[in-house]
Formats: sequence, C-alpha cells, structure tokens
Amino acid sequence: MTSPPSAQAAAQAEAVVAVRDVHYAIGGRQIFAGLDLIVRRGRITAIMGPSGGGKTTLLKLITGQITPDRGSVQVFGQDVATLGRRDLYALRQRLGLLFQNGALLTDMDVFDNVAFPVREHSDLPETLIRKLVLTKLQAVGLRGAAHLAPAELSGGMARRVALARAIVMDPEVLMYDEPFVGLDPISLGVILRLIKQMNSALGITSIVVSHDVQELATIADESYLLLDGRVAAVGTPEQLRTSPSPAVHQFMTGGAEGPVAFNYPAPDYATQLLADSDE
Amino acid sequence: MSNHTRGNYLLEGLRRLGSVALFLLQLLAQSLPALTRPDLLLKQIYNAGARSLIIIMLSGLFVGMVLGLQGYDLLQRFGSEEALGIAAALGLLRELAPVITALLFAGRAGTALTSEIGLMRATDQLTAMEIMAVDPLRYVAAPRFLGGVIAMPLLTAIFSVIGLYGAQLVGVQLMGVDRGVFWSQTQGSVALHDVSEGMVKSLVFGVAISLIAVHEGYHAEPTAEGVGLATTRTVVASSVITLLLDYVLTAVFL
Repeated sequence: MTSPPSAQAAAQAEAVVAVRDVHYAIGGRQIFAGLDLIVRRGRITAIMGPSGGGKTTLLKLITGQITPDRGSVQVFGQDVATLGRRDLYALRQRLGLLFQNGALLTDMDVFDNVAFPVREHSDLPETLIRKLVLTKLQAVGLRGAAHLAPAELSGGMARRVALARAIVMDPEVLMYDEPFVGLDPISLGVILRLIKQMNSALGITSIVVSHDVQELATIADESYLLLDGRVAAVGTPEQLRTSPSPAVHQFMTGGAEGPVAFNYPAPDYATQLLADSDE
Repeated sequence: MSNHTRGNYLLEGLRRLGSVALFLLQLLAQSLPALTRPDLLLKQIYNAGARSLIIIMLSGLFVGMVLGLQGYDLLQRFGSEEALGIAAALGLLRELAPVITALLFAGRAGTALTSEIGLMRATDQLTAMEIMAVDPLRYVAAPRFLGGVIAMPLLTAIFSVIGLYGAQLVGVQLMGVDRGVFWSQTQGSVALHDVSEGMVKSLVFGVAISLIAVHEGYHAEPTAEGVGLATTRTVVASSVITLLLDYVLTAVFL
C-alpha cells in the first residue's frame, strides 16, 4: 500500500485517530505487534477480528485507559500516552464510548443517566438539561422510558440509553464496543440504523468494533480486519469479501478450517481420548 | 512454611499497606472537592449512618443491659452497687461504644460499601465514568469515604446514649439501684476527656474502616468471586485493625 505523498498528507490531515506501529502485550500475551490504522473524519470505520483479537484493547488505547508498549496512538493529533490527567480528560470529553453492556449507573434512572455527563461538565439550568436529555432519548426512541431504572431495561434498551448518554455531550468521535452482541433482530436493526444516523445527521466519526461481518458491511465506509495483532486487510467491506488472502477469506465467510486456528492448541485428539480410557 | 513463602507473604503485606496508604492520600486530595458536593455527601452519610441506625440502637440497648446486669453483680459483692452508673458510663463511652459500633459498622456499612463499589467496577460503571471524564475517585470513592468517617462518631454517640439507658433500665428498674444515685454519680464522675476519648477512637475507627471498605471495593477483581472476596477482606481487616487500634489508642489516652 503505497500512495503518493500528497494523498498521504491529505489522509493524515483528516485522520482523527492515527495508530502507528503499536505493540502491546498483557500477561505475556502479545495483543498487538506493529498495528497501524487510521480513522478518518466523518466516516464509519469498522474494526473486525476474531474474539480475543484485541479489538476492545484498541478502544482502551484510543481512550487512554492503557498505553502502548511501543508506538503511538494519536487522537486529534495528540499523543494519548503523553497526556497528563487534565488533558486526557479534556480529550475524553470529545469522545463517546458505547459499552457492550451499556455500563449504566445503577443508582439512577434512565433520565439521570443521560443527564449525568451534562450535569458534571456544565452549569446548564435544569430546564435546559431536561430538554437536551429528552431530545437525545427521543433520538433513540426511549423518551417514554426516562423514569425507568436500568434494572428494568432489556439488553437492547440499555444499549440505546447508553447511546443517548454517549451522544448527549455531542462528541466528535463515537466508539461502539460490540454493539450487536446478543440483540434480537429488531433491536439490532434499530442500533444499525442509529449508528448510520448518528454518522450522517450529526457528522460524528464512528468506530465500530465488532465481529459481525454481515451487519458491519451494511454501514461501514472502511473496514480493518485485525489478525495476530496486525492489520490483515483494509478496504471497503466488498474489497474485503473478495480478498485473495486465505485468512481474510476464512474470516469473512466464517470457515472453521483455514490459516486462523479455530481450535485452541491441544494434544492429538485420538491419543488423548485413548489415554483417558486407559486410566 | 519456607523462608521464601514467608518472604512473599511479607512483600504482599507491605505492597498492600503501601497501596492503602497511597489510596488514602488520593482520597484526601479528592475530599475537598467532594465537600463541595453536599448532595453526594448527604446521600452517603444517610447510606452509612441512617441505614445502620436500627442495628446500632438495638445492639446498644442489649450491651447496656448486659453491662447493667454484670456490673450490678460485680459491684454488689463490694457493696457499692450505687457506682453502677459510673461503671456503665465509663465502660460505654471509652471502650464498648466505639469498639462495638466499629465492628457492627464494618459488618453493615463496610460490606455494603465494598460490594457496591466492587460491582460498579465489575459492571464497567467506574470505567464509563472515566471515559465520560468524571473522576470516579472524586465522584464515587471520596463521598463514600467521607460519609463513613462522619457517620461513625454519630453512631457511636447514639450507641453510648442507648447503652446507658439499657444499663439504667436493668440497674434501676430491675435491680433496684436508686435512680437519683445512678444519674448523679454518672454526672459527677464522667469528665469531658472520657467523652472525647470515645469520640477520637470512633473517628479513627471510622477513617480506618471506610478506607479499607472503599479501597477493597475500588480494587476488587471485577468478577463475582472477586467482589465476594473483597467484601470478606473488608470485614476481617476492619475488625482486626479496629481491635489493634483500640489497644494503641487506649494506651495513648491512659
């Protein structure tokens, strides 16, 4: 992948997140070994890869919860690892993250959950906060659920409330951590449409981390496939699907056999079964 | 136990102590901003204090009644049962009220603090706050720590009053000690430093228990088992530290 210098410079200019040669290991396990990727402004970027492939770790690097062992993660042109606490918090106010489980605060109702970041970061009068929160809840179709406690919500509803909370401060970048896991078809369709709407209506740059290839293909402008701690393929969903690489092909078509091992390393199957029966 | 294992235990103990000490400094640094949020603080004083009130009052009453019985039995052997009031008041104010309140507080409020914060950690609520640029140390940990510290002396005072009433109930109503003698002896012999000894103790216990409870919850392994273990550690560590500190403080005051 070589591009002319001017094109490269243009890509850098619109890069909201730039990950360069990132190495990261935890507990002796190498998660990233030279990861390079760019998220461009106003696009929906999909990060795909098998479970345990470091997708959520990438979000932690972008939000500064962890720092890379080597390489750099730049967000809005700032190296996240070098930021002090104050600057990091200022940066995080421009980001939104949708947690897989919603991560709603259980001691407040839906309304207060969505109002929480506004109350903490602004001195807006309560009447204005109310209007703001109701607008965001209406956007996710849950204005009527404002009085409910998080425990009374279904998984899909909790994720939509979390989405309303994530957009209430109008972030420039919105990250979704496995937004489609465990949803029924209706909730899934709603979340997909919401991600698209947030992006087109509000101009939010979106990073969607998931392994649901089919769903991502319908909304992503650009997709990265992470395998073995590196980017194995990058392009539009269509380009990835027609990739000649066996590993990419295996992931996109969901094959158990191929370069990506489905089975955890184990001794020979027959030998182990026979040995067990001898005991 | 080999020297190697002993060394590991020692290192682990020191590491834990250092971690708690650092955490205390962080909490103290966040305590001033937390004081500017009376809504959060009042809620935590209510959670740690008001919600422990029933168990503290009941225990205070029973401890006072036992004190009345035992005290009467002991004192009448020397023919000085009229000193029951002083014995009960001094025993409660200086020793029993702060220590028993602390042990009950660790079991009631300490465990609630640890499991609540531990579950917030396990369900990503603390991480979500950090991502929303809200410091969970300031928003979650500091108000709960301060709430516990403020609630402990108040609960101890209530324990003392109810306990003294319990001792009077048994001594005067049941055993027939003269009411006037009971109260006048108590009034005449209890000095301000007796009251302040109990209050200082309860304040120190409050700091220790709240610190342990919040620290254990905040650093709990984010699993069901991890939160359970952290809660157990809170009760065990708080109880032992309370009794240890009680000896040290008593030695200082005497």
